[in-house]
Amino acid sequence: MQTLIDQFASTIRTAAENQRPLHIQGGGSKAFYGRPLINPAEKLDVSALQGIIDYEPTELVITARAGTTLATIESLLQQNNQMLAFEPPYFANSATLGGCIATGLSGPRRASAGAVRDFVLGVRILDGNGRDLRFGGQVMKNVAGYDVSRLMVGAMGTLGVLLEISLKVLPIPAVERTLSLDMDEAHAIEYMNRWAGKPLPISATGFVDDRLFIRLSGAESAVHAAQIQLGGEINQESEMFWKSVREHSHNFFKSAKSLWRLSVKSTTPPIKLPQSTQFIEWNGALRWLAYQETMPADIIRQITREIGGSATFFRNTDPAIPVFQQPGPALMHVHRQLKKQFDPAGILNPGRLYPQF
Amino acid sequence: MSNDLIKKLQAFLPADAVLHETEDLKPYECDGLSAYRQTPMIVVLPESESQVVQILKLCYAMQIPVVARGAGTGLSGGALPHANGVLVSLAKLNCMLEIDPLARTARVQPGVRNLAISEAAKPHGLYYAPDPSSQIACSIGGNVAENSGGVHCLKYGLTVHNILKLRVLTINGEILEIGGDSLDSPGYDLLALITGSEGMLGIVTEITVKLIPIPEKAQLVMAAFDDIQKAGQAVANIIAAGIIPAGMEMMDKITIHAVEAFLHAGYDLNAEAILLCESDGTTEEVADEIQRIQTIMKSSGATDLKTSRDDPERLRLWAGRKAAFPAAGRVSPDYYCMDGTIPRKHLAKVLKGIATLSETYGLRCMNVFHAGDGNLHPLILYDANTPGELEKTEAFGGKILEMCIQAGGTITGEHGVGVEKINQMCSQFESDELNLFHSVKTAFDPQGLLNPGKAVPTLHRCAELGAMHVHHGEEKFPDLPRF
Ligand SMILES: Cc1cc2nc3c(=O)[nH]c(=O)nc-3n(C[C@H](O)[C@H](O)[C@H](O)COP(=O)(O)OP(=O)(O)OC[C@H]3O[C@@H](n4cnc5c(N)ncnc54)[C@H](O)[C@@H]3O)c2cc1C
Repeated sequence: MQTLIDQFASTIRTAAENQRPLHIQGGGSKAFYGRPLINPAEKLDVSALQGIIDYEPTELVITARAGTTLATIESLLQQNNQMLAFEPPYFANSATLGGCIATGLSGPRRASAGAVRDFVLGVRILDGNGRDLRFGGQVMKNVAGYDVSRLMVGAMGTLGVLLEISLKVLPIPAVERTLSLDMDEAHAIEYMNRWAGKPLPISATGFVDDRLFIRLSGAESAVHAAQIQLGGEINQESEMFWKSVREHSHNFFKSAKSLWRLSVKSTTPPIKLPQSTQFIEWNGALRWLAYQETMPADIIRQITREIGGSATFFRNTDPAIPVFQQPGPALMHVHRQLKKQFDPAGILNPGRLYPQF
Repeated sequence: MSNDLIKKLQAFLPADAVLHETEDLKPYECDGLSAYRQTPMIVVLPESESQVVQILKLCYAMQIPVVARGAGTGLSGGALPHANGVLVSLAKLNCMLEIDPLARTARVQPGVRNLAISEAAKPHGLYYAPDPSSQIACSIGGNVAENSGGVHCLKYGLTVHNILKLRVLTINGEILEIGGDSLDSPGYDLLALITGSEGMLGIVTEITVKLIPIPEKAQLVMAAFDDIQKAGQAVANIIAAGIIPAGMEMMDKITIHAVEAFLHAGYDLNAEAILLCESDGTTEEVADEIQRIQTIMKSSGATDLKTSRDDPERLRLWAGRKAAFPAAGRVSPDYYCMDGTIPRKHLAKVLKGIATLSETYGLRCMNVFHAGDGNLHPLILYDANTPGELEKTEAFGGKILEMCIQAGGTITGEHGVGVEKINQMCSQFESDELNLFHSVKTAFDPQGLLNPGKAVPTLHRCAELGAMHVHHGEEKFPDLPRF
């Protein structure tokens, strides 16, 4: 494996010398996400970087190489009754851990358990100079040095090539049960937030087609007690439903021609955008907008900005539309400064995150 | 220069907000780590963000170092002043700006005390989860700067997991809004980068924290063990059973004795180790979990079990653990608190190593331990008035930290590097890695004016130390006994 890493390092150094961009590729399951590269680039295929390096269930930590598939990791965890609590979407069986970290996408459990970044404990990366670096570690608490590990999450590979990642894992809840209740959107948003403020084992929420889905997770006794308080019907297809939300195989996502992801304050009232249908998650903090036609991005972005959120063009049907919302000038300056430090030649996935670098 | 600066500061700050007389500066010469002291040139006490902006712009223009200070409870010398610099105390920025019970957030100024947030949220059935033992005194701004944890952080996370949004001023007075009211924002995770950055990258002037529901019930099991290894195994067994306790703390024999003499919490004086394990949640859930915890403690060899019957009893049992530091202060004139973290499986080995070092240096050491997440707090007992004892203590402490690195852990779990552990950074990181840390600093503060000389050692310093680099548990001669 070290030979492979040495090869990558030398590829990066050569690319940096010649100012030739590299396109970091794992399983390709999230290739659709983010911006396309600015210029044609040489591929840096990291999918061969596979294997679980260390896993000790009682330490609640797993360390794996970036090219390891999420499926491999989750099946090992499952044998030990543990899980990746942020429920990362795969979008294809080829999904790798590296891609999961680089895109930083979390699934339905995010509002209660935390996001990808909350579970990252340490990384080993190659930076834009081909230097082999380790940050963080395999322990739960570590404040030695700046938190470079979490900085990698969602950076779309623009700050370094991920080699190894250590994650905190959690036990699988004893029982999971889903309730569904009929109500309108405004009520559902209020309801989700109100109950999120009560000490109940709610692990996911979803709202679509005037129906609210609430997943309870924990000991049978706790789930049962919550179920009595919340009411509603028991949904018999709990596992399948949440999987379809996580993997976007739910009809709402499948039938969308273009898909926007709005990250907003959870209590934001229904967002009125003509011609869109919506799927709400995370107690209201995540709003998916599906369109049958291409929508004027400016309007969506403007409305989202006004309510203090951000809009991502998640499934991009028009390459002319920026995928991620631009930060303001002061923040953009910090982004560029950081990029310059990690990747002075600007060769790692240029343009994948923002057109500027 | 200082007179000129004082005049310029007084132009926009009230007279009593600019301190420059020696006796006024004295209280600011150290933080919670009093072994390091330095009188600052000037202390300023701004009352608003815009005043902080002005201070920064002025210092930046004059190229004067700036050190931020919260409540000064830090344990690594992070807020140690700079002799030729301005110390900016954020203590007067202490407004609770907004509590939004439905969205479960609080927006506060950095000088607000950690506990004050939970107190303000309580009427809404909510609280702020990270609970450092210093929570009655430490500021939320300091918590962000150190990524502080508490006894409940295995289940509820550290500061980084419990904040949503920051307003940060860079050294030139520019305002950055980082994070948001939503659960994520596009771009680099600067929220994580700023958290734990020890006041090196910017000054935090506003924090939006998450609030979570106060659990319906909490209950505590105290288990005594005649062998520390068995106590460590009990922790592993509880986790293996799929339980994430709300808190799980361990104390060794000398701590038990010190604490018991001080507080009479009812701990078993014959025990080699005591585990405190808390369960919280719905009444039903807690009843279930406590029963399982009791069973596992017994089968792991606990010699004595006590389960809290009500909240006063639970708090009494906790009080002992929370009083470990003051108890150390009672049995010894001075104590020095270490903060390494290790993979829990190496607990027995590391504790044995500490015991050996304790004999070698002729200094007693109490061990308290956030057992759930492997964060050790050895408290080395010493007397600063005995010549040479502080130096011996520091050498002892340094050895403990190197042992933590060798065990695959880290030199600091929650107290930060500051000035205290700067030498051990040379052991934990390779020069390329330290270089990258300097690069991160450069991205925010190219002239190095914010909190200079802290957190990350210069390569020159590491070279002079000639410290053996113990890389992530890979020992040079793994077969040789070290402990
Ligand atoms: C008895 C005792 C018990 C403790 N228990 C714990 C514990 O259980 N867990 C734990 O994690 N810690 C603990 N600590 C350590 C300490 O309380 C924490 O590190 C705390 O977060 C420091 O907060 P402060 O306001 O006192 O910060 P200070 O000590 O004033 O400053 C700490 C650092 O933060 C920087 N800083 C402060 N405010 C800002 C700001 N607004 N913007 C940018 N930088 C800033 C300073 O420059 C400095 O580097 C304990 C300390 C004591 C004395």
